[in-house]
Amino acid sequence: MTGAPVPGSGAAAGEAARPEATRPEAARPVSVRRPLLQRASGLLRWETLLLVVLALLVVEGTRLSKFFLTGPNFANLVSAVMEVAIVALPMTLIIITGEIDLSVESMIGLSGAIVGSLWAAGIPIEVGIVVVLIVGALGGLFNGLLVTRLGLPSLVVTLGTLALYRGFAQVILGPTAISSFPAGFTAFGFGNIPGTTIPWTLIVFSVLSVVFLLVTHRTWIGRQVFAVGKNKDAARYSGVRVGTLKTALFVVTGMIAALAGVILAARFSSARADNGTGLTLVVVTIVLLGGVDINGGKGTIAGVILAVFTLSVLQNELRLAGVSSEYQGVAVGLLLIGSVTAPYLARQARSYSDRARRGRQPPAGSVERGEVV
Amino acid sequence: MSAEVSVRPAGPGIGSRFVGMLGRSRELTLGGVIVLLCAVVSFQAPHFLSISNLSQVTTLAAIIAIAAVGESLVVMTKNIDLSVESTIGLVAFVVADILRQKALPGPAAWAAGIGLGLVLGMANGAIITLFRVPSLVATLGTLSIFRGLDFFVAGGHEVNLADLPPGYSDAATQSFFGVPLFVILAIIVVVVAALVMRLTPFGRQVYAVGSNAEAALIIGIRSRLVIFLAFAVCGLLAGVAGVLWGMEFGTIYATSATNVSLQVIAAAVVGGVAIAGGAGTVVGAAVGALFLGLINNALLLLQMPQELLQVIYGAVILVAVSADALIQRRERRLTAQGAIR
Amino acid sequence: MIYRAQRLAAGVAVLALVVAACGSSATPAPSVAPSVAPSVAAPSAAASPSAAPSAAASAAASAGALSVVVIPKQINNPYFDVAFKGAQKAASDLGGTVTQVGPSAADATQQVPFIQTATTQGVGAIVISADDATAVAPALQAAMAAGIKVVGYDSSPAVGAYNVFVNQADTAGIGKGLADMACDEAPSCTGEIAVLSAAQSATNQNAWIDAMKTTLKDAKYSKLVFDGVVYGNDDPQISTTQAQGLLQAHPNLKVIVAPTTVGIIAAAQVVRAAKKTGSVFVTGLGTPKGMQDYVKGGEAPEFALWNVTDLGYLAYAVAADLANGTIKGTEGETFTVKGINNDQPYTIGKDSVVVLGPPFVFNKANIDQFVASFGF
Repeated sequence: MTGAPVPGSGAAAGEAARPEATRPEAARPVSVRRPLLQRASGLLRWETLLLVVLALLVVEGTRLSKFFLTGPNFANLVSAVMEVAIVALPMTLIIITGEIDLSVESMIGLSGAIVGSLWAAGIPIEVGIVVVLIVGALGGLFNGLLVTRLGLPSLVVTLGTLALYRGFAQVILGPTAISSFPAGFTAFGFGNIPGTTIPWTLIVFSVLSVVFLLVTHRTWIGRQVFAVGKNKDAARYSGVRVGTLKTALFVVTGMIAALAGVILAARFSSARADNGTGLTLVVVTIVLLGGVDINGGKGTIAGVILAVFTLSVLQNELRLAGVSSEYQGVAVGLLLIGSVTAPYLARQARSYSDRARRGRQPPAGSVERGEVV
Repeated sequence: MSAEVSVRPAGPGIGSRFVGMLGRSRELTLGGVIVLLCAVVSFQAPHFLSISNLSQVTTLAAIIAIAAVGESLVVMTKNIDLSVESTIGLVAFVVADILRQKALPGPAAWAAGIGLGLVLGMANGAIITLFRVPSLVATLGTLSIFRGLDFFVAGGHEVNLADLPPGYSDAATQSFFGVPLFVILAIIVVVVAALVMRLTPFGRQVYAVGSNAEAALIIGIRSRLVIFLAFAVCGLLAGVAGVLWGMEFGTIYATSATNVSLQVIAAAVVGGVAIAGGAGTVVGAAVGALFLGLINNALLLLQMPQELLQVIYGAVILVAVSADALIQRRERRLTAQGAIR
Repeated sequence: MIYRAQRLAAGVAVLALVVAACGSSATPAPSVAPSVAPSVAAPSAAASPSAAPSAAASAAASAGALSVVVIPKQINNPYFDVAFKGAQKAASDLGGTVTQVGPSAADATQQVPFIQTATTQGVGAIVISADDATAVAPALQAAMAAGIKVVGYDSSPAVGAYNVFVNQADTAGIGKGLADMACDEAPSCTGEIAVLSAAQSATNQNAWIDAMKTTLKDAKYSKLVFDGVVYGNDDPQISTTQAQGLLQAHPNLKVIVAPTTVGIIAAAQVVRAAKKTGSVFVTGLGTPKGMQDYVKGGEAPEFALWNVTDLGYLAYAVAADLANGTIKGTEGETFTVKGINNDQPYTIGKDSVVVLGPPFVFNKANIDQFVASFGF
């Protein structure tokens, strides 16, 4: 619905800071520059944090190993996360609307299984990819309809489809693994653009990132997504077709997960029924690390993109340092918790100093939707 | 002469009322489905109902059920605990390690394990209530952190049965009057939990916090304390499950109890504990655990292709939750009609 | 306030890096030959091998600076930890350094980043047990193109993606051994047998099971009925439920054959818990310590394994020999490793495979002695 008034969107959708409740400002002389600076710093705060962390990690990386800043290492650390990176993009929108999709890892496995068995049956890869995208859309549609039509919580629905789609993958492939893919396919998934150390898959991610950046922060679709996330009912009363929007998001997520499954199969030249196991948690971690609020309504694509590289650099460094994967998990877990704790503590600090300055209680209504008080 | 003509629009018929009653009681429905399942499967595979098979299945399901009771408390407060599997694994390993080193006698080691579970649960609760980290995020993090602790304690070794006191894993096969020991323990846990939920203020507060956190605050319930306690109890029960896990499997690895969190959550959900909070019972969670264990076993006994296992698992979860939603809708519609009347 | 939050985030990052630093001080960081790597070609499947890095690597190796990275199927798996101890002993005997890194789950897609990191660091050799033969092949081939020697052990990468594969035992030999042990345990070599395996796609287990099925066609085993294979994924819980299912689905089952160290323990425990000791038997491949209780208890009168420590030792020794040019990995070459195989020479066979030696069969008579001498 173009032009439908969307409540609470502010000047740009996706601001990372909470819009301040209106305060009587007339009594205090306010210079024009301060609010702007405050708003700018509010907007960019989470992303700035991430940039700082990323910069620190890069510095530490160069200190850790002389191979850190090399082209091949860059190619490695990038290609290792491209599948989860592209799935994180639509997942961001889903989480902003207050839902979640746990079934992405199974769709990754299912699409790999389908493309693999079609190829083994002699059907060209291109056709297989188209088929798989359709299957991904259908899977997403199934998720979306159960959530919007039956009103089921997406956590549970996608918990079920997590098992269901994985089951389909196992039925299709059984214990076999398809491993003889055409060389071009494998080179796309594993290799770099000839003459450079830029993986092909990075191109896919870049294109998708630009698309999602524009759609989320510059179009009416994005505004509706944030509106639904902030207040579903208000959005509905404003004319946003909440059900259709959410279903569409699930469809897109399914399709992109299917694409990620194709890339995964290409990168390892191997389609197995258990491809992609465990990737859902990684995708959710990236999205949360990117500053997207799990309760919905807030987040930026830029933050998620930064989070992709932050996580990838962190894991690469831990590997270069010889840290085993279970301790990598600990580091990521700490980072995840820290990434939510830090802004909360910062907010507490800010409200303390606010109160100290103004000498009164924080404005009413400061309990966020769904927040535990 | 009083002619009282009572005009009553036709209400729902007998069949409809029956479905309504089932809908209100997830436990009854599930119980009915279980009976049906047993009947159908035992036609094809008579050994399904044999004492030895049922003992094995219910023993394992009992462990999941105990953890599911704890998880259901958390879910009822509109939170989630993804880290139960790491708690179970860590406690199982620590208890086995203590016994291997002969540092403490058996019961003391178990108490230490359960205490560890409590501590881990309280850690979760603290992160969530003190630092306001949403439970999905917090327990996603502690899932990895606790598992990392497990690897650290294990230091690359596993604990073999040969290292443990002789006959240690026999406890898993004890039974009284044909009922396995673990099942008795699970029943005790469920009964105690159900009584607490029904009769104590804490129980009511759990439902209140899950249904409407703001309203609960307004009437003076200390939501944060309730949530903290819910996570603490969840950790405690996961600790119990961890001790039993060690007895069941004998050999414990650092990776033991991987993928159990999904089983526990699925058990609670199938058992009627709503993810949206404020609804469900601990009895339902336990019955859900039993149901899923029986389905798994039925598939194995019917020698269905292993691949179908996941498909059926997923379908069961979806059907259970959809049925919930459809029945609730029906209830609301009927109530609305009744109200208009 | 923004500074405070940024400080907090920086603190978290530092914490994460402290973990990394602790990790690097706990495990010896791979010592890298400085002349290798910065000029390494981009990892692509079609890169051409360059002579300079391997010369540098061999110079480094003969200087005792060989660095070897061991990538098992799964970290924290006791079987691979024992093999690693063997590799460490070899490193101290022969010179050089060895580290072990790997995924926390037996997942080929998680192994590849470790291979790539080792390639970037320009290690002298990679010793790997592949979760999936083809999934790791592109990364291994890129490593080989960069001059790194690749030695497979336990589970082979695809042919062409390694220089030498150290097989713990001859595949046909293992298959026959499994069939023979099943025949021994089934009363009068008669009755139903079934297999509890690891992951469905596990290369080595599938090869052994196929070899066993071929052996079973022989007249000697004609009274054994093969009931099929179930998969436990090397997960103790899944292996347990699968074994329980086997017992119930086949009431006349006599022997469960589990060619996996996790599966055989689970199967034995299930037989004990079901109180079927003496009527159902378990055999397969297991660690002496893990099965000690079950051998004595009667659930598993016989099972086999090889000297896992020696496997790790041999893998490292082969890597060292390849790195310093003693062998090239071609069929027909011979070499000797002191302390292994009674100092008898090894011959490299078809597809550059070297076989460690015959497996050991453990039973009640020798189990305690082997637990003491093997240590695992």
